[in-house]
Amino acid sequence: MAPRFTGVDFYGVEGLLGEDERAVRDTVRDWVEEQLLPVINESYLEGRFPKQLVPQMAELGFFGANLPEEYGCAGLNNVAYGLIMQELERGDSGVRSFASVQGALVMYPIYAFGSEEQKQHYLPQLASGELIGCFGLTEPDFGSNPAGMITTARETKDGWVLNGAKMWITNGSTADVAIIWAKTGDSKDPSSIRGFIVPTKSKGFTAKDQKGKLSLRASDTSELVLENVQVPRDALLPKSDGIKSPLMCLTQARYGIAWGGVGAAMACYHEALSYARQRVMFGKPIASYQIQQERLADMLTGITQGQLLVLQLGRLKDAGTMTPQQVSLAKRSNVNLACECAREARRLLGANGILIEYSAMRHMANMESVYTYEGTHDMHTLILGEAITGIAAYS
Amino acid sequence: MKIAVCVKRVPDTETRIKIGGGGGSGTGIDEAGVKFILNPYDEFAVEEALQRKDKAGTGEIVVITVGGDAAQETIRTALAMGADRGVLLKADAIPADGLAVAKALAAELKAGGYDLILCGKLAVDDANHQVGVMVAELLGLPCVSSAAKIEWGEGTAVAEREVEGGIEVVAFALPAVVTCEKGLNTPRYPALKGIMAAKKKPIEVKPAQLGPARVAVRSLTLPPERKEGRIVGEGPAAVAELVKLLQTEAKVL
Repeated sequence: MAPRFTGVDFYGVEGLLGEDERAVRDTVRDWVEEQLLPVINESYLEGRFPKQLVPQMAELGFFGANLPEEYGCAGLNNVAYGLIMQELERGDSGVRSFASVQGALVMYPIYAFGSEEQKQHYLPQLASGELIGCFGLTEPDFGSNPAGMITTARETKDGWVLNGAKMWITNGSTADVAIIWAKTGDSKDPSSIRGFIVPTKSKGFTAKDQKGKLSLRASDTSELVLENVQVPRDALLPKSDGIKSPLMCLTQARYGIAWGGVGAAMACYHEALSYARQRVMFGKPIASYQIQQERLADMLTGITQGQLLVLQLGRLKDAGTMTPQQVSLAKRSNVNLACECAREARRLLGANGILIEYSAMRHMANMESVYTYEGTHDMHTLILGEAITGIAAYS
Repeated sequence: MKIAVCVKRVPDTETRIKIGGGGGSGTGIDEAGVKFILNPYDEFAVEEALQRKDKAGTGEIVVITVGGDAAQETIRTALAMGADRGVLLKADAIPADGLAVAKALAAELKAGGYDLILCGKLAVDDANHQVGVMVAELLGLPCVSSAAKIEWGEGTAVAEREVEGGIEVVAFALPAVVTCEKGLNTPRYPALKGIMAAKKKPIEVKPAQLGPARVAVRSLTLPPERKEGRIVGEGPAAVAELVKLLQTEAKVL
């Protein structure tokens, strides 16, 4: 067993954080250590989201923590919000994904594009965990190219009728409400995309668990089918306007994921270091061998780079100058970092590394999903390519 | 119900301590890079106060500490858990003499009109078990030390104390000083809203009226490193030698 996690801080990053930011981080860190880690392995093996933890997470204020207090949220800055994501992902990417979806992909669009009535009705209930939400953008044939979606919303005299299918939806089977993105105009017109708040108990709405996942097993991933789902007029998010609206939500979520990558990497480094010190081979701890030292040196270097990267990104976000391209760089870099750290930690642990009692292989499998979701690693490469050269490779 | 909780800023129990302090005198610890926390036993005291207030539906919880400016962060941890306000009795250094600290706390508590004063049973840095009971003595109040369970009544209470090999049940009247033992309750995490609210709660800073320190730390050393183990042999043949060494060398048999 590794000793209690006390953070990874080679560059005095602690000193760059404010007292309240550290206090938030410590609350989440302690909660992960004491409440999440003791149950995560069982959840992961059973392929079940640990839903019993939702009330505690809500009580402590983990959902939509960077949204204002007037809607029942904690009103934190974006660095403190990022630290929540870092610590949750130190526990498990599936649990961090739950919080990301609830906060950045459900609460944020209601906050950004909703009417005052919608905000007052939904946000406090989502913050308190009374309602669980999911975000329906990706479709079976439209992942990296969401603008091509074929889900439609047609206006009737009473409201709207939605038809279509959504795929890879985190929290899909658990959710009470879904934010569904659909085209209200021509099928070729991404500017007609609008967001809708759809109760999942609506007639014609079905969610089916996606079985057989070898990654994010402690997270609920579903396929949603909408067959003539009727919603009232006020289900529409009035300020949603075209494909850029869901993309704004993704920027929020990706921002948190960039922090999460650091958390998963820290978990793997911490475990690898502890194991290397204890495991004796050829009469001395494996930490004394150069190959393992190189692994640890690479991990620490990556973590240090990653944590400085997201801290500055957070400061930019708080200053209101952060760009989506900067978020792409951080998501791409830090998730890749976490993939590398998890794999190297798994290898350092030798045969023990394949067991669930060590976290490296769980993180390693999780990070493969995180590498692919919320804008694949490759798509972020192309977004950066466009930012650098001015030439979009994907259009 | 007005409750005082006396707390202390201590190094995180996971910290790897290096000896230093006092200008290289070796009588303290090197604080560089050390994370400080609210003394874990004081968390039980804060939680007990919060539960008393929650149950009464009204009341005030005041968190008091002796220490430097950095101890304000420790007070804010308790405020984030839900306490109402803080008092920092400022001192450049915390004396090693528990009585000196107890006098400063008693001077502050005396006129406060507190119905109950809660402390941790000890601070994990010096493990003296002194300050809480001395505060009770200085204020002339009943003292229950190391309370592991408390049933609260009207102006009275019954506490369980874990004593060697058994449980002692004691009854006492309020106001009183109670020092809290592990198991008394499960301290809550400071919720994120509580952390934000704590920034706006008042902390009064005034000089600590420390008593004279009549105990001083002369030296501080880490425990000796554990000696490497020795394999005396293998199989049944080694048993005789092992038993002999356990008797003559380790002297455990």
